[in-house]
Amino acid sequence: MALPTVMKTTAARLSAMYLLLFTICAVMLVFYMTSLSVRMLTAQTQETINEEVQGLGRAYQRGGLPLLVRTIERRARQPGANLYLIADANGRILSGNVESLEPGVLEVEGWTESPFAYERFGESNPERRTGTGQEQAGGRSETHEAIALVLRLPNQMIVLVGRDLGEPERFRIVVRRALMVALGMMALGGLLIWYFVGRRALKRIDNVSKASRRIMGGDLSGRLPVTGAGDEFDRLSENLNAMLARIANLNEGLKQVSDNIAHDLKTPLTRLRNRAEAALSGKAKTAEYREALEGTIAESDQLIKTFNAILMISRLEAGYSAESVSKVDLADAVRDVVELYEPAAEEVGVTLETAVSGEFVIEGNRELIGQALSNVVDNAIKYSAGATEKPTVRVTLEKVAGEVRLRVTDNGPGITDEVDRQRATERFVRLEHSRTQPGSGLGLSLAKAVMTFHGGRLDLLPADPGLSVVMSFPSGADK
Amino acid sequence: MKNAAVAHEEIAYSDRMKILVIEDDREAADYLQKALAEAGHTAHVAGDGETGFALADTGDYDVMIVDRMMPRRDGLSLIAGLRSRGNTTPVLILSALGEVDDRVTGLRAGGDDYLTKPYAFTELLARVEVLYRRASFKEAETVYRIGDLELDRLSHTVRRGGREIALQPREFKLLEYLMRHAGQVVTRTMLLENVWDYHFDPQTNVIDVHVSRLRSKIEKGFDSPILHTVRGAGYMLKAA
Repeated sequence: MALPTVMKTTAARLSAMYLLLFTICAVMLVFYMTSLSVRMLTAQTQETINEEVQGLGRAYQRGGLPLLVRTIERRARQPGANLYLIADANGRILSGNVESLEPGVLEVEGWTESPFAYERFGESNPERRTGTGQEQAGGRSETHEAIALVLRLPNQMIVLVGRDLGEPERFRIVVRRALMVALGMMALGGLLIWYFVGRRALKRIDNVSKASRRIMGGDLSGRLPVTGAGDEFDRLSENLNAMLARIANLNEGLKQVSDNIAHDLKTPLTRLRNRAEAALSGKAKTAEYREALEGTIAESDQLIKTFNAILMISRLEAGYSAESVSKVDLADAVRDVVELYEPAAEEVGVTLETAVSGEFVIEGNRELIGQALSNVVDNAIKYSAGATEKPTVRVTLEKVAGEVRLRVTDNGPGITDEVDRQRATERFVRLEHSRTQPGSGLGLSLAKAVMTFHGGRLDLLPADPGLSVVMSFPSGADK
Repeated sequence: MKNAAVAHEEIAYSDRMKILVIEDDREAADYLQKALAEAGHTAHVAGDGETGFALADTGDYDVMIVDRMMPRRDGLSLIAGLRSRGNTTPVLILSALGEVDDRVTGLRAGGDDYLTKPYAFTELLARVEVLYRRASFKEAETVYRIGDLELDRLSHTVRRGGREIALQPREFKLLEYLMRHAGQVVTRTMLLENVWDYHFDPQTNVIDVHVSRLRSKIEKGFDSPILHTVRGAGYMLKAA
């Protein structure tokens, strides 16, 4: 993997920004720290000089100028000594360990305003001592910097006590260099870690991309890699895998439905075509034409009904607007549908009865509930008719644990097989013994879609004898 | 049902209507125009919403049939526009949609009736007739009379030839609707919509059974049939 690819990642850009910010902060810190420590050292130096001056002052009081000069001479000879200088009123150096210094330093009494350059006695080259011009040109490396306290004695003689600044300067350089080196190493380390971590992340993302390309290529059974680390990449992959599983599931369902549609629509379409063809063959007879055309219309109507049901199911599954929902009393819905179907049931010798009292108000769509219930009731009447001596369909309502259950029970043959009961609500599934009955095979699927829309369930339970279809609605939250 | 089957074309439809069909599908519009002409009406066709609006705005029509989805101006905005200009011509909305919500929005926009595509022409014709003629009786009238059949809306009683007939509440509503539209073809769907307030398609012919029950009550023991079956279309209440 090339570095430029790494540079393109979000992580790399973020890291680069952090690195820049960190560098700026670190540089500022280095400067702050060194200047602070130099200031502290300077203060310490001034303290030392003050003490020195006090000592010299005591010597002057005790023994006058001669003792002062002696003390200075003695101290000046010690190794690593401070700077000492005694000059006359005109600034001519009389004694001490300073050979020369920046002009003007001795003219101002008190602390020197800023570090000044000087040369220590006995350190300069012999030839340099011949002229001051040369001293300015070539002796720069020999000069040191110092701060000093300048005093004027009562007899106008000048005393200077100072301290070389070489030590704090060296300290500053060392600290600064150490910090710079540390900073450089940190930056290098950061870059390395960034490269390897970024590379690892990039590799995992690349794996995910590769897997998704494969899946997009049509292999819906493919899944994204999960390393088991439980990190955010794994969580992402797991979620995407769950999504893929759902898509595969839906896809499978869709395929099955389109197979069924193909079958269930092809059959009536073929009949339609055959009927028209049969009418056209043979001699022209108005009565036959008429019959064929009427049959064609009836067949098309059935096809349209099937289409409408399919459309409705998919719309219900896609979800409805909240506008279509209001308060519905299920007791009213039951009474309406039972009343609607009662004569038709009686016609085929089925007793349709209900015993509903009280209110069962839920949030729902009256029209949809009516349609779902009439599909279920229609089925119950159809399958119990002629099945027993006294076919009966009972519609009841009950409140159970936060649900309103609408139960339609018949005493017909029922569906004995558990798997068949599960399958009965699938689209176009018509169980073997029901193939002979009219219907699109969508009635229960539609009822189920309506229940899903209402956040409820549709269950098929054995009623011994017969079948019990239970529509469970969540009861309104406001109650 | 066999006692009074009347073929569709034998029905004498009401007076000639002037109908405006606003529909962008040429073939469907031509078919409608032809079929309406055969039924004895004059139909004009507008191929898009703007043309339709301009024609409808003349106020020359008895009934309009408006497709919902059209180029240039959709059906609902057309109807709303006409209504805001004070045009009260009855409108039948045709739609390929037809879910519960669509019907409600269609009627809210000012449509008087709603029919989902594809439809049977008999259904469309019956609805257009009903829209044009509205009702045989005014809303305020409390007693409906067709021949010797009499329905009192206040006391909820029904008499025929002076003899009282006991009806269930729903049978009463059914008869009330049939009488209000006496002389017009009333389809099963119209009955389900207006008497039961349901807009779906029951799988079994539940309405037929209700009607035949009602028929046996109001015709048994009387000489003349009064509730007729119109083959391929629906029912019609008509005095002999």
